Amino acid sequence: MNKPILPEDAAAKARRARNIALALGLAAFVILIFVVTLVKLGGNVVNRSL
Amino acid sequence: MSKTAAVLTPTAEASAAAARPARWQDYLQLLKPRVMSLVVFTALTGLAAARAPIHPLLGAVAVFCIAVGAGASGALNMWFDADIDAKMRRTRGRPVPAGRVQGADAAALGVVLSMLSVMLMGMALNWLAAGLLAFTIVFYAVVYTMWLKRWTPQNIVIGGLAGALPPAIGWAAATGSAPLNAWLMVLIIFLWTPPHFWALSLYTSEDYAKAGVPMMPVIKGAKATRLQILLYSLVLIPVCLAPAFTGLGGPLYLAVAALGGAVFLVLAWRVYRSKAGDAPDPRAADRDLYDVKATAKDARNLFAFSILYLTALFAALLGEALTGTKALELLS
Repeated sequence: MNKPILPEDAAAKARRARNIALALGLAAFVILIFVVTLVKLGGNVVNRSL
Repeated sequence: MSKTAAVLTPTAEASAAAARPARWQDYLQLLKPRVMSLVVFTALTGLAAARAPIHPLLGAVAVFCIAVGAGASGALNMWFDADIDAKMRRTRGRPVPAGRVQGADAAALGVVLSMLSVMLMGMALNWLAAGLLAFTIVFYAVVYTMWLKRWTPQNIVIGGLAGALPPAIGWAAATGSAPLNAWLMVLIIFLWTPPHFWALSLYTSEDYAKAGVPMMPVIKGAKATRLQILLYSLVLIPVCLAPAFTGLGGPLYLAVAALGGAVFLVLAWRVYRSKAGDAPDPRAADRDLYDVKATAKDARNLFAFSILYLTALFAALLGEALTGTKALELLS
């Protein structure tokens, strides 16, 4: 068996950093969509039929 | 299977590199950030040169979408070309050939980001810009990477269209249309690409030959490549002057295009008269990319100046658009 053995904590640390980067990316995407919606709709957001 | 084993790359050749687990920076590297920065610059220039009123946030979203689309096609390229990349010194440290990221993960990242960037462009800006962006991604990832690159020495000529399109996408995002001036910017980058890449490949052709990529110097020889560089340069420089006649570029642009164009032609002539690429560099293996032997210096000079020239042309267009400088219309 010649597979290199990773220290458990190094792998976990790298995975945690990847997860945080992914979470930040997703949060930024949600905020981006929200802001784009505000810009596109502008004041018209209140002009809807009730 | 232990948690540790789950993160290991299973292939034997990659096991050494996989000793370091994939970091988020490895995934960022898949997006080719340096290429992305050039794409952002030319797309921004296209967006500004359209001189159309656009909400600054939507303008930023358009450039962001183009950047992410370019990154997505970079990731798809790195997935498909991992075998070639592993054989060339310039590319063998990339995440996939180095074994830090699985090829399937790179492909998945590319597909997801492609869809996100095109859909966001369509919904936030318009569907012409989204369609052009989708075309660019498919053209680079499928037509260039999967087909042309391994098949013909004209690979970078035709494939260069993908790298040339961002100004037209930026223009379309700002206006919803893509008039002739937008395509003139595309044509400039399209014609600039062959002399730029062939100058580089004249002194890196051993690498391409080793990887089996049919670059022009490998297939047609250095002499034919040097002639092609000169011919493309002779066509490129008049096209670079054209924006001053069509209401796209102003006096600053004209000065940059004319003076830089003259230098470009002199350097292309020197490459044509040189022996660049005639004999392989005996030191080949691990030298620096710009550390070339004496006969290849003319090719290296043209390669370096070509980057400066294109940057200066687009910087002039961007500067004139942002300062509201009136464009010249020498034809009218």
